[in-house]
Amino acid sequence: MDSDILVVDDSAAIRKILTRVLRQTGMAIQTIHEAGDGQEALAVMAQHRIDLVLSDINMPKMDGLQLLASLKASPQWHSIPVVMITTEGGETKVAEAVRLGAAGYVRKPFTADQIKEKLVGILQPAPTL
Amino acid sequence: MNLHDSIAEFLIRSARDVFSTMLGGELSGGEVTIETTASEPNDGVVSFIGIAGSWAGTGSLTCSPAMACRICAAMLMTEASSVDEDVLDAVAEITNMIIGSVKTDLEGELGPLGLSIPTVVFGRNFKTRSAGTTEWIHVRFLWDEDPLLIKMCLAPSEKPHSVHHGNPTCALEI
Repeated sequence: MDSDILVVDDSAAIRKILTRVLRQTGMAIQTIHEAGDGQEALAVMAQHRIDLVLSDINMPKMDGLQLLASLKASPQWHSIPVVMITTEGGETKVAEAVRLGAAGYVRKPFTADQIKEKLVGILQPAPTL
Repeated sequence: MNLHDSIAEFLIRSARDVFSTMLGGELSGGEVTIETTASEPNDGVVSFIGIAGSWAGTGSLTCSPAMACRICAAMLMTEASSVDEDVLDAVAEITNMIIGSVKTDLEGELGPLGLSIPTVVFGRNFKTRSAGTTEWIHVRFLWDEDPLLIKMCLAPSEKPHSVHHGNPTCALEI
């Protein structure tokens, strides 16, 4: 079954780039949803079945680590993989994301290959005809 | 190497890396100066990001409207003929990546630091200043013929405070 992905970033530019990159990965993707912060992300997740979350860390209202903690504390969403994509490359932030249960961590600036490499094993490739 | 030298080196490395990876562009130049006087009036696009922690300051990127449009077009692979929301957002994100990378490099020497959400200004004949800061490290680049200024000020916090995502300590004079 094709996956639904949620991209969470306060930058519309980054959401557009990630959407384009995800479409180019060859992964079996049905819909890519977008949210501008953690609160919007939770609202989207309440309305759609999400299979993977890609999230920034530094965002207004609810940041990416707070979103990650909320998802991992939720019986409904705790098993959904969350990959952090962020400028925050410090060891403390990476360690915090890992401790909270992030499935991966990609530093900005990123290449399409880095995103694809991180998603291998998390998402299924699209079936070849 | 003193802190100014480290910041200049990190700014140059980060800016070139971000332009290469995200925009497919190559920055030339990289002239470093230390400025202690208030900035001259600006025309164009300026973005700021605040840095907070045991050291506090601001990182900034300044460019022309045409350069801002070019950044957006290269980043989003689209047309950008005038400064609109997409252009401002793209400039803000490029600044976020450059200053965010420098912040990560500096944390090895200075301990944990936090970044604010970026602020972008587009206009004519405006001045900027950062409260309580006297020295800015300026690095001037060229992207082909278009000038780009990236600068940062950083000083020990008098009262070290928790890292937060508030607004940068910059003021705008119009």
